[in-house]
Amino acid sequence: MKQLKSFIKKEFFHIFRDPRTMLILFGIPIAQLLIFGTVIKSEIKDVHIAVYDQSKDVTTQQITNKILSSGYFILDKNLENTNGIEDIFRKGKVKEVIVFESNFGEKLKKEGKANVQLIADASDPNTARLVISYTSGIINDYIKKMHPNLQLPMQIQPEVRMYFNEEMKSAYMFVPGVMALILMLISAMMTSISITREKELGTMEILLVSPLRPAQIIIGKVIPYLLLSVANAFVIVLIGNLVFGVPITGSFILLMLETILFIMMALCLGILISTAAKSQMTAMFISMIGLMLPTIILSGFIYPIENMPVVLQVISHIMPARYFVTIIRAIMLKGVGILFVWKETLILIGMTLFFIAVSVRKFKIRLE
Amino acid sequence: MNTIRYILQKEFRQIFRNKTMLPMIFGVPLLQMLVLVFAATFDMKKIDMVVVDKDLSETSREMIAKFDAIPFYNLEFAVPDETIGEEMLLSDEADAILVIPPNMERNLIRDDKAQVQLLVNAIDGNSAQLIYSYSSRVIGNFNKNLIAEWRGIPEFSPPGEVKISESYWYNPELDYHWFMAPGILAVLVTVIGMFMSGMNLVREKEIGTIEQLNVTPVKKYQFIIGKLVPFWLIALFDLAFGLLIAWLVFDLPIVGNLLVLFAFASVFLLGALGLGLFISTVSDTQQQVMFISFFFMMIFIMMGGIFTPVESMPHWAQTIDRVNPMYYFMKIMRNVVLKGSGFIDLLEEFLSLLLLGVIFLSLAIWRYRKTT
Repeated sequence: MKQLKSFIKKEFFHIFRDPRTMLILFGIPIAQLLIFGTVIKSEIKDVHIAVYDQSKDVTTQQITNKILSSGYFILDKNLENTNGIEDIFRKGKVKEVIVFESNFGEKLKKEGKANVQLIADASDPNTARLVISYTSGIINDYIKKMHPNLQLPMQIQPEVRMYFNEEMKSAYMFVPGVMALILMLISAMMTSISITREKELGTMEILLVSPLRPAQIIIGKVIPYLLLSVANAFVIVLIGNLVFGVPITGSFILLMLETILFIMMALCLGILISTAAKSQMTAMFISMIGLMLPTIILSGFIYPIENMPVVLQVISHIMPARYFVTIIRAIMLKGVGILFVWKETLILIGMTLFFIAVSVRKFKIRLE
Repeated sequence: MNTIRYILQKEFRQIFRNKTMLPMIFGVPLLQMLVLVFAATFDMKKIDMVVVDKDLSETSREMIAKFDAIPFYNLEFAVPDETIGEEMLLSDEADAILVIPPNMERNLIRDDKAQVQLLVNAIDGNSAQLIYSYSSRVIGNFNKNLIAEWRGIPEFSPPGEVKISESYWYNPELDYHWFMAPGILAVLVTVIGMFMSGMNLVREKEIGTIEQLNVTPVKKYQFIIGKLVPFWLIALFDLAFGLLIAWLVFDLPIVGNLLVLFAFASVFLLGALGLGLFISTVSDTQQQVMFISFFFMMIFIMMGGIFTPVESMPHWAQTIDRVNPMYYFMKIMRNVVLKGSGFIDLLEEFLSLLLLGVIFLSLAIWRYRKTT
């Protein structure tokens, strides 16, 4: 037992000695959270637009002012003809051009109808859609305000309630995702690299001839990362809660238990990778390509899984992160208990056992 | 000149001797393009909606039929009250609940006004917004028809209507793949170029062969050129390969001039590879290169506007983006490929990239030490 203790101590020294490892351990989670929290925003703000006003009357002026004072748009240029539209789009700055037909105000008053054309640069389809719907909203609003007494007959009003995320914060999506990603990165990637490193440098041999048993070596290797991962998970939940306002509606203890389960699973996966990989490079590539990308893309933390092609949906079923993200969201945001996530929990336990079984079979006491 | 030629010969031989190289050059781009571009989409495929009809009138049934006729909606009927629906929201079986309150039809006739409730699972705010806007459009259309049917007005319009016509240029179908493919491709060539060149240099350090090169009369810049050019060519090749895949698989229209695109890409890659080489000159092991490159790549990519427009980012982020080569390249890729922007349109971006390239490369050459 004493030997194991000093071995674990040695492992901790190894980790804390290298500032680059520390960068990975604590720099990446914090940078990721901050980037996702403050930089990745899908709402629109300060979109540059151009106006081609063929009418130049009071009404078009008022509408333009209303659009510009909304805070979403900035006027880049007033165009004088339609030829300019293509040129201005090609420069890439302007995202929308508003074209008012001539005699706009007069037509609106006399004929009760006037035309305005909204042209969006749809090379970014998402933004284009948002920009157009915001602009139409503002124009419609203007018209409604012009006729305050207008009572439309037989209106069915859809009234919406946003469940689990009333303010529609994006943090609700990315905090669980970043957590899965970081835990996967630290637990699986770092363990696999640290074990293969001992192999590559030849120090594994020294460990194997020491009185430590193979199981103890593995446990010693794994425990520091387990503790660091739990600390990291804690930090992420804390930042998520304090900085981005992600609540923990459900049981905190259950949340931590599930987190530890996921970490265990990732650690076992890391051990499995290390039994298969001969060099750090290979371990790194397997972890990067096999774990990182799928965890980001196929766990559904940025893009919903239901929208993907069927093939990818099927593949996503073997991604442990997928189940973990579901569990975390359910506990943190929906506030449900184990009754709603027992299936996912069982799958994670099954995966852990599977990885342990395969690793034990593949673990070699002797080096070739 | 001869020296550089021999160095290049050596590098190319070493690169292609490695058996994993060819799968890397062809396999990684193919896999990434297919998996990532297909996976990265906000376009909704279907909406699972629970319907709670408490009115049970002619109108409510017609409205439900309207939803049911849209293949996009997957309806779940026969739910007597919200609580069961809510349970389904909790277990992710449903995305939304439509609640038609009792007396909807009566209210509609008597008060000219009625309400229906839409309860949406909003953990994913983006999808929630889409579900809401699709569903209210369906209800709005139903409402219009209803008015026409009951009041005999073909299309009711208020006095003073502005007819808004929308046009989506360069991507009229709003195909999200067209947006993602050039973006992913930009990331791809950067990752390949930066990681490969960086790790290649540091490997010489790790194995110790760098000492042998250091005692030769090879100049610093010649050495860096030797490490740069092969991966620069590989990355450019992968760009062409990726464009071909995107064109074949996603029908990506390549509107712009390919020469312009490759001119920009060449300048961009000088900077990206220069940065990779610089990182490797300050590292001792491949592991360190991987970690540091990974850290910077992540920030570059996320802030470069691959998922969301840079204009929506806070000002400090936009300021940082001025030294982010990825930001310029992402913009160039999408503008040239989808819109056919020319050299003049993107002159500012070109000059910025050129400046960044010169800075990163000079740093790499300056930091590379022939003595340890």
